[in-house]
Amino acid sequence: MAAPVTNDQSWFFALALGVSFLKCLLINAYHSTDFEVHRNWLALTHSLPAAQWYYEATSEWTLDYPPLFAWFEYGLSHIARFFDKEMLVVQNLNYASPATILFQRLSVIVADVVFFYAVKECCKCLREDKGKYLLGKPSFILTVLLLWNFGLIIVDHIHFQYNGFLFGVLLLSIARHFQNRHFEGALLFSILLNLKHIYLYIAPAYGIYLLRCFCFTQSNADGSLQWRSFSVVRLVTLGTIVLSTFSVSFGPFIALGQLPQASMTGGLVQEFQHSVLPSVSPLATLVCTVLSILPALFRIWHRPNGARGFLRCLVICALGSFMFGWHVHEKAILMAILPLSLLAVESREDARIFLILSITGHYSLFPLLFTTQELPIKILLLLLFTIFSLTSLKTLFRKGGALLNPLEATYLLGLIPLELICEFVYPLTVWQKTFPFLPLMLTSIYCALGVTYAFIRLYISLLTCSDSTKKIKTQ
Amino acid sequence: MENWSLFSLCVLLGLTSRWAVSFHSYSGAGKPPMFGDYEAQRHWQEVTYNLPVHEWYFNTTNNDLNYWGLDYPPLTAYHSLVCAYVAKLLNPEWVELHASRGYESHSHKLFMRATVLFTDILIYIPAVLLYCFYFCDGSSKQKVATALCILLYPGLILIDYGHFQYNSVSLGLALWGILGLGLGWDLFGSLAFTLALNYKQMELYHSLPFFCYLLGKCIKQGLIGRGFFQLAKISLTVLVTFALCWMPFLSDPKQPLQVLHRLFPFGRGLFEDKVANTWCSLNVLIKIKTLLSRETQLFLSFALTLLFILPSSLKLLSKPNLWQFKLALVNSSLAFFLFSFQVHEKSILLAAFMLPLLVKDGLLLPYVVTSLAFLFLSLYLLSHLTRTNEPLFWYFPFLVISVATFVWLEPPAKFPDLFPVLVSILSFLHFLGFIIYFNLVQLMEPQRKKSQKKTN
Repeated sequence: MAAPVTNDQSWFFALALGVSFLKCLLINAYHSTDFEVHRNWLALTHSLPAAQWYYEATSEWTLDYPPLFAWFEYGLSHIARFFDKEMLVVQNLNYASPATILFQRLSVIVADVVFFYAVKECCKCLREDKGKYLLGKPSFILTVLLLWNFGLIIVDHIHFQYNGFLFGVLLLSIARHFQNRHFEGALLFSILLNLKHIYLYIAPAYGIYLLRCFCFTQSNADGSLQWRSFSVVRLVTLGTIVLSTFSVSFGPFIALGQLPQASMTGGLVQEFQHSVLPSVSPLATLVCTVLSILPALFRIWHRPNGARGFLRCLVICALGSFMFGWHVHEKAILMAILPLSLLAVESREDARIFLILSITGHYSLFPLLFTTQELPIKILLLLLFTIFSLTSLKTLFRKGGALLNPLEATYLLGLIPLELICEFVYPLTVWQKTFPFLPLMLTSIYCALGVTYAFIRLYISLLTCSDSTKKIKTQ
Repeated sequence: MENWSLFSLCVLLGLTSRWAVSFHSYSGAGKPPMFGDYEAQRHWQEVTYNLPVHEWYFNTTNNDLNYWGLDYPPLTAYHSLVCAYVAKLLNPEWVELHASRGYESHSHKLFMRATVLFTDILIYIPAVLLYCFYFCDGSSKQKVATALCILLYPGLILIDYGHFQYNSVSLGLALWGILGLGLGWDLFGSLAFTLALNYKQMELYHSLPFFCYLLGKCIKQGLIGRGFFQLAKISLTVLVTFALCWMPFLSDPKQPLQVLHRLFPFGRGLFEDKVANTWCSLNVLIKIKTLLSRETQLFLSFALTLLFILPSSLKLLSKPNLWQFKLALVNSSLAFFLFSFQVHEKSILLAAFMLPLLVKDGLLLPYVVTSLAFLFLSLYLLSHLTRTNEPLFWYFPFLVISVATFVWLEPPAKFPDLFPVLVSILSFLHFLGFIIYFNLVQLMEPQRKKSQKKTN
């Protein structure tokens, strides 16, 4: 046990340990079908040879993540053996013995160590970290916003997923770019793409940023492109990193001729015919998504703002794909909220956008936990995160008046009556039977307003930012 | 960050841990025919709702006292009645006379857990916040840290939200009593404490300090004059409160006697199960339970309790100030716990030493998590806010090791109860040490260092 000397970094450890304890208490909470999904993947990667992983269809939850994640599950399955061998039998559908639950939950909690490390690295990237009180230091605030993020806790540790681990890789990659260790950043992102393909949505930001700011080693004095500074070496190295990662991941499956199977992952093609509104095709959503992020990409091409501009563009790509993408899951909002936290502790405008986006986005996750038992937990945790983020960011940026204007504050307060109506009042009315999806629709529409507003403000802030461009130092 | 936000974060964390612990099992879950404390509470709702008041504490055809008969004072019964009305609204099957015995369902569990949360928020948590805000010395950060530690105290959480009880009501009311006395509102404090006493007779542990403090204060104000009037007012408040609580039972002299008989079951013996008090520990060496007659046991426990309580109470009587009062509370409850008759483990509400009970309830996981979290948090905050000494840190791994031993090792076949008994004896030694230490502190009043100015 450490000696009781005031340690500058002990608060980080305390926060990490505290949230881990909370996660342990939630081991017995409700878990969604995602739990069975991952148990199934543990079983099939353990019991079957790799050649059959993408063909195994005993369970409806076929493997639909890229190969590196399958290898991750394979690794986990070797530890799972010591908890309960039965969970590794493919035929044991919906097997959920206490040992299985314990193992799976613990695996998420332990995998979060990657996330902890990434958060620590992100704290190092903050521009200034002065503060009279510990509670007012940007690094402390950022740590709490990330480690105790409401969305991550309820999606990972109740609903059940491995987002902490994945976002850890993403944040670490971002941190490396901030630290000018671009090769590592690129490698980490390639690994991430091979763990979960949904991160393809933010790949354009990476692509444009690395091309513009890394492959072109210098900019002119006014910030515009200096064509002659193009470094083929860097481009080739980056390309090699990306290609080799993909080949390690997909290689075995290409060799077996399974590439089409492996790449048809992730619910891309479930088309719906709507009854009232016009039906939307996947192609249309792709076009909309691309159109929505193009201005941002152009902006950082012409006026790159270093790593921070890249991060802003990344968040815009994530939000754009959330708003216009095909078969988007509510959880995808986390892809925008988490990276935005980094910007939120450094700039007033970003803090404001962050508050609106995070509170609205987190509230939109409520329908994921629809059981009565989890109702108090989700309300309490959301309140916890909201009160902390509001008061800490307010205190951080107290100079210059209120952080949120009255309209924004009213909108956020409107979430309270919305929640009361949707989850307390409506179920007791007669309409619950005839229009059971009305509360969900209300929630979606209301939150869409906030998310769209945040998207627009973020764009405005990107297109009008006046920071001078940074020269990328040669590595 | 402002105080209100820090305090609300503490409350939210406390509430979250409470509700998360409630996901786990409760006492007697799935264990017919008797089940456990959870079924007892449900049964009391059934009894109070369906039967007339004069039958609540009596053995009748409709009320079998052997099956979790009421053994708490009337306020608990009224509380159960109120809960029963709500239960009837939600699902009448929960309180159906006779038919609802052993009723277990997910929604019923949610209802019962919700009742605990409700009273906790209403009574206990505001009292804790006010206490930390007004009666804690130190910077606002220390106050918040204290609030957090109290709100995350595993013992109360595990017993109320795991095992299943309503200790937060009686403890909360007692805390309001302390608050009242601290603010100088003696009448309010007496009222609150009397209510606490009428909720759980266990609060008798705290009664002597209240009595001595108030009496001492009145004497100081002069027994001829203001002091006398104050004493009269306090006595009147207490008597009226008692009368109001016991009113339905005062029509027939048999009633209050029967209630008292239920509240103080001297027939049940010196101790039950493995309790960390003197008698249980002594029993390991000398079988006093069988050697001495019941009358002798009663006399011995009474005498020793009185012996250990007297010094502290007399000191408080002579010097009725708040610091003495707080210490006297500690000493009095420890004395009662260690020496009185028929003490139950829960009486001490100290996490580490209720392990056997909680494991039996299937609450090992929340126990481990909340205790580790609490120990780590309190040690961490303690070290950062008061620059305290090293030995405290060696306690932590020591406790962890002893807990681990209990859980994982198999006891030798000749002594199947070895580990629970060891845990009890270990705890007993701790408490004995505490009572001696705190008595010394109260009686000798060593110079109290003023808290250093914080650089933070």
